[in-house]
Amino acid sequence: MSAGEKIDLFTQMVRIRRFEERCIRSYQQGKIGGFCHTYIGQESVAVGSISVLDKDDQIITAYRDHGHALAVGMTMNECMAELYGKFTGCSKGKGGSMHFFAPDKRFWGGHGIVGGQTPLGAGLAFALKYLDKKACSLTYLGDGAVNQGAFHEALNLCALWKLPAVYIIENNYYSMGTSLLRSSAGESLAGRGIGYDMEYEVANGNDLYTVREVTARAVERAKKESLPTVLEFQTYRYRGHSMSDPETYRTKDEVEEKKKFDPIALYQQYLLDEGVLTEKQMEEIDEAAKKEASDSVDFAEESPFPPEEELYTDVYVNDEIYLAKHGQA
Amino acid sequence: MQKVTYRDAVNQAIAEEMKRDELVCLMGEEVAEYNGAYKVTKGLLEKFGPKRVIDTPISEAGFAGLGIGAAMYGIRPIVEFMTWSFSFVAFDQVVNNAGNIRYMSGGLIKIPIVFRGPANGGVNVGATHSHTPENLFANFPGLKVICPSNAYDAKGLLKAAIRDDDPVCFMENTKLYDHAMEIPVEEYLLPIGKADVKRKGADISRVGHGRGLVTALEAAKLLEEREGVNAEVVDIRTIRPLDMETILASVRKTNRVVLVEENKPYCGVDAQVAFEIQEKAFDDLDAPVKRVSALDVPQPFSDPLEKMVLPDAERVFKTCLEIL
Ligand SMILES: Cc1ncc(C[n+]2csc(CCOP(=O)(O)OP(=O)(O)O)c2C)c(N)n1
Ligand SMILES: [Mg+2]
Repeated sequence: MSAGEKIDLFTQMVRIRRFEERCIRSYQQGKIGGFCHTYIGQESVAVGSISVLDKDDQIITAYRDHGHALAVGMTMNECMAELYGKFTGCSKGKGGSMHFFAPDKRFWGGHGIVGGQTPLGAGLAFALKYLDKKACSLTYLGDGAVNQGAFHEALNLCALWKLPAVYIIENNYYSMGTSLLRSSAGESLAGRGIGYDMEYEVANGNDLYTVREVTARAVERAKKESLPTVLEFQTYRYRGHSMSDPETYRTKDEVEEKKKFDPIALYQQYLLDEGVLTEKQMEEIDEAAKKEASDSVDFAEESPFPPEEELYTDVYVNDEIYLAKHGQA
Repeated sequence: MQKVTYRDAVNQAIAEEMKRDELVCLMGEEVAEYNGAYKVTKGLLEKFGPKRVIDTPISEAGFAGLGIGAAMYGIRPIVEFMTWSFSFVAFDQVVNNAGNIRYMSGGLIKIPIVFRGPANGGVNVGATHSHTPENLFANFPGLKVICPSNAYDAKGLLKAAIRDDDPVCFMENTKLYDHAMEIPVEEYLLPIGKADVKRKGADISRVGHGRGLVTALEAAKLLEEREGVNAEVVDIRTIRPLDMETILASVRKTNRVVLVEENKPYCGVDAQVAFEIQEKAFDDLDAPVKRVSALDVPQPFSDPLEKMVLPDAERVFKTCLEIL
């Protein structure tokens, strides 16, 4: 990576963190409703893995999707506006926090049902292979999601049909209030690929360089040999599962201990040691991210809600009959 | 009497039945150590221990099916879906296994299981998380479906559901969990398949279930205050079996009826109710049967749009005026 590229990845992680912090504040002020799951503590996973992709590679994830959205290049404005349910949001305010989409940036969501995205990731890989693209899909899921049947069915299909799919388990050690030990049997989560003769790897997700290296290997396998891989990146979420989580299932000490391995701090240190970045530049990047996040709040607040007519649009592509039934044609 | 929230009423029903019958157990995501995602199962782990109050992985198809298998063998599981929106990944288990095995075995097997959890929109969580599938499950003979509108009904009906020897889908509502009312301290059960007249009136009938019923009651107040119209409100309470007698008695008295539900309209519960009304009380109707339901769109996230989607008292009020 060039110095510029390295700095860019640092900037992306900082932007995600500042965005999430702003989003927490707006949520606490009652301006954002519903469920809101933040990505703070896991930034290196989305940023690192997406950074090794080419333009035809496809990305899909679960409801903890703000980080991936920013990492694929969605703007803070369209993301924040979506959280506010505004018409200027990426999904016109129809999807919300858990359902971000940006197909033009090869980002296929944002999926609210645990594990629901995992067969879709196989489908993206199927489509890429079908169309003879030298590309792969990246499907993210949580440590809790590995226990959905759909995930296992998807893995089998990927292995059986040799699909260029990479599954990335973001192991943050909790699914809601349930710790990993209380939800999953077996030694490693990625090891679930063994039954399907799939390659798998477990790595430190908080180290951006490691994430890149490990993901790059899997991506290469997908593209060169058309074979799937399961990766498990060990990481940690600092905040509650969603905004309404009292976090009775873990201690403050545990969280503080984990924060010592912060992905941004770690990468920052690398860049300082390498002489790629100075403290001053970092502060500037941070200030710019804060401003961008705060501007996105202004943008969202000033944006209009979707107009009434939007209620019945986007249900069908060929929607004449449907709209006519509802007196909208 | 005791003042109890809908949430605590559900909790009491479970606790009382677990105390009464060792075979009753509870399983689902976060039901034990976390006290339930909506705190409905608070304290049950402490009372009954981890053998009977069981946290599951996020494997709805697995634990719903496991519950059915255990029920075949005589256990009486209560399976919680964190919300009914998440039951869809277990649809096959509930429909094909819980719903059909008794019939396919020629009556050799019974499946005494309760699937329960909230099923509602209106909380700003988007289309995947806002399903109200009472009509879906009620479509399958073999399943019973209950949607209580208040704490009293929730407790009495849940106790009955747990004692019932057939699979019951019990749908609660997160927006009702904090609603409190006076209910008896003494034990009581309510019969499954019995509607309840929640408000007596002579001019028009309002029929609903779940939170739709609460909206119907609010609209009844508006009608009385603004128009001097006295509406009768019938709570269906159980979608299947459906107590048409109580509904028809009301229609025969008032000759006008508006159905209210938060279910989507297309092939919804009220389509069934309306059909039965016109079939059995056609000559008693002075006006067409009207419906107020959620609008026929996936649940939008954006708050103002979502508010338009769900029925409110004003919409019910206006619809009543159309046929008065
Ligand atoms: C099928 C289904 N069941 C339950 C839920 C509720 N739910 C949402 S997130 C979650 C925990 C998921 O944990 P994990 O997969 O580890 O992802 P993380 O939240 O840690 O990113 C649960 C139980 C859901 N959305 N879908
Ligand atoms: Mg997790």
